[in-house]
Amino acid sequence: MSTRVQTQGRLINRDRPVSFKFNGALMKGYQGDTLASALLANDQMLMGRSFKYHRPRGVVASGSEEPNALVNLGEGNRFEPNQRATSTEIFHGLTATSQNHWPSLEYDIGIVNNVLARFLSAGFYYKMFIHPRPFWKYVYEPFIRHSAGLGKAPDAEARDEDRYEHFYAFTDVLVIGGGVAGLQSALTAARAGAKVLLLEQTPHLGGRAPVDGGTIDGLSPEAWVEKARAELEALPNAQIRTRTMGAGVYDHGYVLGYERLTDHAPETAGPRHRLWRIRAAQIITATGAIERPLSFAGNDIPGVMLASAVRDYLMNYGVSPGDRTVVVTNNDDAYRTAIALVQAGLKVPAILDARPQGGGALMDEAKALGIRVETGAAAVKVKGAKRVHSVCRGVQAGEGEVLEEIFCDAVAMSGGWSPVVHLWSHCGGKLTWDADQAAFRPDHDRAPTSHDGNPFVIASGAADGAFHLKDVLQNAANAGKTAAGRVGAEGVDSAAPSGDAPEEAPLVPVWMMPQGAQKKLRMKAWLDYQNDVKVSDVQLAAQEGFESVEHTKRYTTLGMATDQGKLSNINGLATLAKALDAEIPQVGTTTFRPPYTPISMGAIAGEARGEIFQPIRKTPMHAWHEAHGAHWEPVGHWRRPYAFPKSGESVHDAVKREVLATRNSLGLLDASTLGKIIVKGPDAGRFLDMLYTNMMSTLKPGKCRYGLMCTENGFLTDDGVVARIDEDTFLCHTTTGGADRIHAHMEEWLQTEWWDWKVWTVNATEQFAQVAVVGPNARKLLEKLGGMDVSKEALAFMEWKDGTLGGFPVRAYRISFSGELSYEIAVPANLGRAFWDALIEAGKEWDITPYGTEALHIMRAEKGFIMIGDETDGTVIPQDLGLDWAISKKKEDYIGKRAQARSHMTDPKRWKLVGLETLDGSVLKDGAYAIAEGTNENGQTNTQGRVTSTYHSPTLNKGIAMGLVLNGPDRMGEVISFTNGDNPAKKARIVSPVFFDPEGEKQNV
Amino acid sequence: MSDVALALGGATFDGLVKIEELAGQGMITLRGDLTDKAIVAAVKHVFGVTLPGTRETAFAGSTGALWMSPDEALLLCPYDAAQTKADDLAAKLADAHALVVNVSDARAVFQLRGRMLREVIAKLAPVDMSPEAFTPGMVRRTRMAQVAAAFWMDDASTARVVCFRSVAAYMFGLLSTSADDAAAVNHFAG
Repeated sequence: MSTRVQTQGRLINRDRPVSFKFNGALMKGYQGDTLASALLANDQMLMGRSFKYHRPRGVVASGSEEPNALVNLGEGNRFEPNQRATSTEIFHGLTATSQNHWPSLEYDIGIVNNVLARFLSAGFYYKMFIHPRPFWKYVYEPFIRHSAGLGKAPDAEARDEDRYEHFYAFTDVLVIGGGVAGLQSALTAARAGAKVLLLEQTPHLGGRAPVDGGTIDGLSPEAWVEKARAELEALPNAQIRTRTMGAGVYDHGYVLGYERLTDHAPETAGPRHRLWRIRAAQIITATGAIERPLSFAGNDIPGVMLASAVRDYLMNYGVSPGDRTVVVTNNDDAYRTAIALVQAGLKVPAILDARPQGGGALMDEAKALGIRVETGAAAVKVKGAKRVHSVCRGVQAGEGEVLEEIFCDAVAMSGGWSPVVHLWSHCGGKLTWDADQAAFRPDHDRAPTSHDGNPFVIASGAADGAFHLKDVLQNAANAGKTAAGRVGAEGVDSAAPSGDAPEEAPLVPVWMMPQGAQKKLRMKAWLDYQNDVKVSDVQLAAQEGFESVEHTKRYTTLGMATDQGKLSNINGLATLAKALDAEIPQVGTTTFRPPYTPISMGAIAGEARGEIFQPIRKTPMHAWHEAHGAHWEPVGHWRRPYAFPKSGESVHDAVKREVLATRNSLGLLDASTLGKIIVKGPDAGRFLDMLYTNMMSTLKPGKCRYGLMCTENGFLTDDGVVARIDEDTFLCHTTTGGADRIHAHMEEWLQTEWWDWKVWTVNATEQFAQVAVVGPNARKLLEKLGGMDVSKEALAFMEWKDGTLGGFPVRAYRISFSGELSYEIAVPANLGRAFWDALIEAGKEWDITPYGTEALHIMRAEKGFIMIGDETDGTVIPQDLGLDWAISKKKEDYIGKRAQARSHMTDPKRWKLVGLETLDGSVLKDGAYAIAEGTNENGQTNTQGRVTSTYHSPTLNKGIAMGLVLNGPDRMGEVISFTNGDNPAKKARIVSPVFFDPEGEKQNV
Repeated sequence: MSDVALALGGATFDGLVKIEELAGQGMITLRGDLTDKAIVAAVKHVFGVTLPGTRETAFAGSTGALWMSPDEALLLCPYDAAQTKADDLAAKLADAHALVVNVSDARAVFQLRGRMLREVIAKLAPVDMSPEAFTPGMVRRTRMAQVAAAFWMDDASTARVVCFRSVAAYMFGLLSTSADDAAAVNHFAG
């Protein structure tokens, strides 16, 4: 059994017990424990069930590479699935449950898949579930969904309680990894004067060195790490962030760092995670190495662990995975585990070393401790179910004959070490195969390059394939020096510290154990624990023609899911290479993509939640609208009142009331959101002639003109009223959603095409609050306020004037989007609310009625005015809408003119705008299609038009609509049928789109 | 009109920094070639400052100028003087190719006070806020989270942040959230 031992445990505080719950059972650990070490201390070796076969699984690693020990962490609003027990620090009150089991972790029905394993081989889903088709939806998918998968999704109603934030940081040199290599690289670079930021994903600096031993400049690794930390923290140009993972390396030295601030102490105030958005001139990846499992039968039975993990649990957390541990290895490093176990008073019945010659100094040391060493040996298979029971020894050169059964309760395996090349590779760094170490390491000649073609990533220490302590330190110092040199820091040039550790004998690559293992053994030799991929699966994929490693990955699921194959990649591709009879470098690796380990969605969203999820633009009158019950409508980022329902009134009734009040007396609209772009310069008129389809340069100062804007492709993109302020200056109104877009459109043409034209633009939208005063009594209200002459003679339709009204400085435009007598009055934004209040007060005698966007829409539709976004959808040209009158025939050019001359644009069959009236007075559905004879090649009913705007007109008390119809303007009076799911289809008559006051008598008074 | 109606009525927050929505600030946008001698002279005459260099500010008491782009400056003055100064500048530039617009009502201004102001801004804007990279005398026209913004430092512990008036509440929410007492990063020395 696994248990807490009385000695060791450098990272735990035995004076601080911590209680937590796993699958409902109360357990005890110590401050400093990870969830994995605490579970092992409680003899909870079984931590989950595998993805496909539901095999019992225990923890196999001790760091972020862990594939098995994934748990559901927390409850309710703090529930999170797929959290690695090995990188979860325990805290008082932590609750975790195991995943992918039913009904319980101990007794799982899905284990039946295990019995059927030989039918569930690579590509099984592809082959099996294709036929019969209906079976997929009703039989296969529900079964697979129930039996596969890892953690469960959070409750749909749960809401994350935590806060998150971003932080932008800039540095000369970013060091990712705080082991001795990272520390040394940081020291060298910082001493030379570079600005250095070091990120370490765990709470502790030093990496593996304190566990692996040796000396640095005569100091224990622990003492040297402390000294290095103190020096870095004292330097003004260096900073260390622990619990911060370098998640991804992107173009031009952009790096995401993932800081976990309160995961280990959830009751602490402040943000839970912080996403560091870092710009670094040079990046040093000191990300260490990951130990490889060995592929022998039963290598997934709980109790089989990486040799380094066994050592970590013992020395870091004072936890022994078992009383009797068999060590299986192809290299010297695993001997350290055997030595540590024996020194802690635990038993190591044997070390099975696959190398015929065995190892070097560490082997001698183990032998001196009385440990039995078998060379040329193999673990043929591990026996056990939910726990290791024994190891069957054979010879590595053989096919699996069992020579001896060694009883034990844990197995420590080591297949050698693979440099963590992920961050080197994220942005295009290439790898080279190091045959001596049987590992891919960074190819220095093919580093990721930045905008200037120069390399910006440097690997350091074990991540660069330097494994011996003295090589690690030298390599790390070189990396730091190179980085400093590249950023022009040429201060103190410090020598690398000397590292001392036993010399190691070379490893022998072992991709299968024993090398000739029979199929029965290969079917139980796991490559990918998380996805249940075995040696036999990869071999089958190769046999079926999946020669590319990327194809094999997808066919077998090797290296997918949350761990992205950190343990399985190299073993998997070595197995594939062997099956293809190819060299490993020829097979290559799959693509390393960020993030290194999963990061939270909350961190990505940052501060954007709740009130600041998205900017909501508010006009100066917003608070009044809010206080008067506005029913809101989002328009771009603005919130505009859709209507102002009174207490007990429906929104529909409010809209009706607003329309009638405006038509009959006086309405008021907050039009502040309309874009207002000032265009000035000697070439301003010429510029606007190009932007608008109609002629603007002939407009007289003091006058207004409605204009249309098209894209280069001829499609209508915006409209609005242009006012000429003086000879050189125009003010262009845009739609509410169009202000920023049209301003950018103007600047783009000015900056890229017509850079020699003398025109300046300013987007002054927010400088003004604008109010539309609309209705037969509009003039009376303004006259009551007084200050300027607003008579027909002084301020005619489509004119504007500056003046004062009620003491407010205003610019008044006589323009109308409703067909009524109408003024739009602009005042400085800070006076907007006061002006609005003054209008409301003075307008009481005419029952002044504020109206919202829906009343606005209805009134414009009654007049047959088009709305950008209703009548247009990016495929409509002005000619479709009968707006030919607004397209200048005289102008040589305007944006969109040539496009509108293309054959499809001049096709007489283009649908054209008409009005539509249902025969029964009801309202057509928005987007309804007009039905035509026959069906198309897909068997769908042919169409001959569609509805673009449709309303109930309170003024006319019937349904009115506009639509685009084939030959529409030539078919006045004809009745056609519309449907948007309606059955029977609705009959409507084609009419003029101007339903109300076609002569325009109401606005021209 | 010294009693200007502010977007948020003068909102304040006290956390890692003190945040205050400032009373009306006169602002005039100038579009023109900032190296044009006539323009430089006119600005000097009306605002008492020489147009600043790239990403820089220039102040003379209550007036000042902020570099916005090679052909745009934001000129500052007391709110009540803005229209007069804008008209004055426009008149002086009548023969030059320039556009002068009073935009004093278009924006909200927030003051940040306290030595943690660099961190509060660095949570929101993709700008190097380290003391060696950003100092009083500089301005950045950039974004903060999802909206356009500009900011500059008046001294080592005072900054001003400007955004459009319509998003004042969003900006105040951003700043106060980032200035939460429990959210210190402690990244910048000094």
